[in-house]
Amino acid sequence: MSTPVERLPAGGAPAPVTRDRGRFSLRGKPELALIPLVFVVVVAAWEYGIRLFEVPAYILPPPSDIMSSLVEQYQSPRYWTHIRVTGQEVLAGFALGCALAFLIGVAVAQVRLLEKTLYPYVVAFQTVPKIALAPLFVIWFGFGLTSKVVMTALVCFFPMIVNVIEGLRAADQNQVDMLRSLGASRVQIFRKVQVPGALPFIFAGLDIGIVFAVIGAVVGEFVGAQAGLGYLLLQSIYDFDTAGLFGALVTLSLMGLIGHFIVRFLQRRFAFWSDTARLVAA
Amino acid sequence: MSRQTGPAVTGRSSSPGASATGAPGGAAADWMVVENLSKTYVPLRSQPVTALEDITFAVRQGEFVAIVGPSGCGKTTLLKILAGLVRPTSGRVRLAGSDVVGPRRNIGMVFQQPTLLPWRTIAQNVMVPVEVQKLDKRRYRERASELLALVGLSGFEDKYPHELSGGMQQRAGICRALVHDPDVLLMDEPFGALDAMTREYMNLELLRIWSEAGKTVVFITHSISEAVFLADRVLVMSPRPGRIVEIVDIDLPRPRELGMMDTERGGALVARIRRHFNARGATE
Repeated sequence: MSTPVERLPAGGAPAPVTRDRGRFSLRGKPELALIPLVFVVVVAAWEYGIRLFEVPAYILPPPSDIMSSLVEQYQSPRYWTHIRVTGQEVLAGFALGCALAFLIGVAVAQVRLLEKTLYPYVVAFQTVPKIALAPLFVIWFGFGLTSKVVMTALVCFFPMIVNVIEGLRAADQNQVDMLRSLGASRVQIFRKVQVPGALPFIFAGLDIGIVFAVIGAVVGEFVGAQAGLGYLLLQSIYDFDTAGLFGALVTLSLMGLIGHFIVRFLQRRFAFWSDTARLVAA
Repeated sequence: MSRQTGPAVTGRSSSPGASATGAPGGAAADWMVVENLSKTYVPLRSQPVTALEDITFAVRQGEFVAIVGPSGCGKTTLLKILAGLVRPTSGRVRLAGSDVVGPRRNIGMVFQQPTLLPWRTIAQNVMVPVEVQKLDKRRYRERASELLALVGLSGFEDKYPHELSGGMQQRAGICRALVHDPDVLLMDEPFGALDAMTREYMNLELLRIWSEAGKTVVFITHSISEAVFLADRVLVMSPRPGRIVEIVDIDLPRPRELGMMDTERGGALVARIRRHFNARGATE
């Protein structure tokens, strides 16, 4: 597991740009060479700029320090424990938030009265800065895993439920009529038209959700935790270990990236007919 | 009209059991009856709109009826009422002896757009009615591929809709409407989105399928010449509120050929129908 993670920072960071452009920049395009070039130039300028202006390492460490700090971190078993803790929070919160959003979204989209009653609340709650609730969750659920999972689930929940509802609403009325004309039941219409039709939206929700999940877990750990990468971030501040802080930052970004690519992979597999997800997520 | 009994896919008697309407003497003039049908929409914040007013007509079993009218004359609403998708404000529809109060299994619909499900292959799309009506998939899978062969889509079974042209998609839509062997085919301007050449070709295809499958067809169009070319009878509808202003018997011989539209008889029929629209300031 440690090998691919170690190899990723150099080649992995610029990758999403190419991927997001997707079909437009296939092979043989100059940007494929320019993207890594930009990375190399920025890193080099950073490295030598710091030496040139003698910037203290606790303010901004050079990339080489961050790299060696990362290598050190990945060799320490305790570090992997922190990665596992945050990973668990992210995955559990993401799964919980998205599953709840799907179930409630389905109910809201199916029952007109429920939609009319609840949708304004969904929209209103979206504007609440949910991250500000993190301290409350520590009071309610303690310093352990639960408060972070709840925090993570909450931040995933809203982008997901909005996409689920919009996706189910967006069902093509002609397709629904086509099924109805055959005598299809509501369940059949739901399963054969509404859910597949909503998949591009659902994947857009998952894509936003997985990135938000990392934020939720880290903020949860900031407020009060005994382990995890967010906890480690705070620790490195107290130790003036800025290189360590950047290392944790890289690891967290990688988590989000890996999740993002998994969602994209699944989306291309199961919602291959539509580019909607890409547009909404962007 | 010659209707040869074709292979299993087309012959009414040998096709898998769906269409047990038990209407012997299929040519009965009152097989599908529409009586005093009206439909008024009442929007929330504006005046009620009468889409259809006092529509009455009958269709014989196996007949090809076309309905022409300008845009907004309620043609689509009428078709949706026939399909049981929309309830009329008053009047009723009887099909093979019973009132149509909701969607029925023995109806196949073809829409203005192909309305294929983009996540399903062509073959899977054609099988949708079979799945919905829980028919024997194994038996109907064969029928589906026979139908696809009939419309020239053999070899495209595993393609997705976006890989096909509009005309091909619409042909797949026709296969879907026929796969469960319905008694009635309701078609809502199915070729309206196609270019003129493809449209003529599709008209010929449709007549061929119709003559082989022996379905009753109600075909909506805003093209007068298309209606004359295809139908046994043409119902002419007025602009909103939609009313039937004339029912024209099309006595062109069958099988129809494109050249017939250029004959005196064909031209006269078209002119006779067009007269209604010119008088009202609405053109084709």
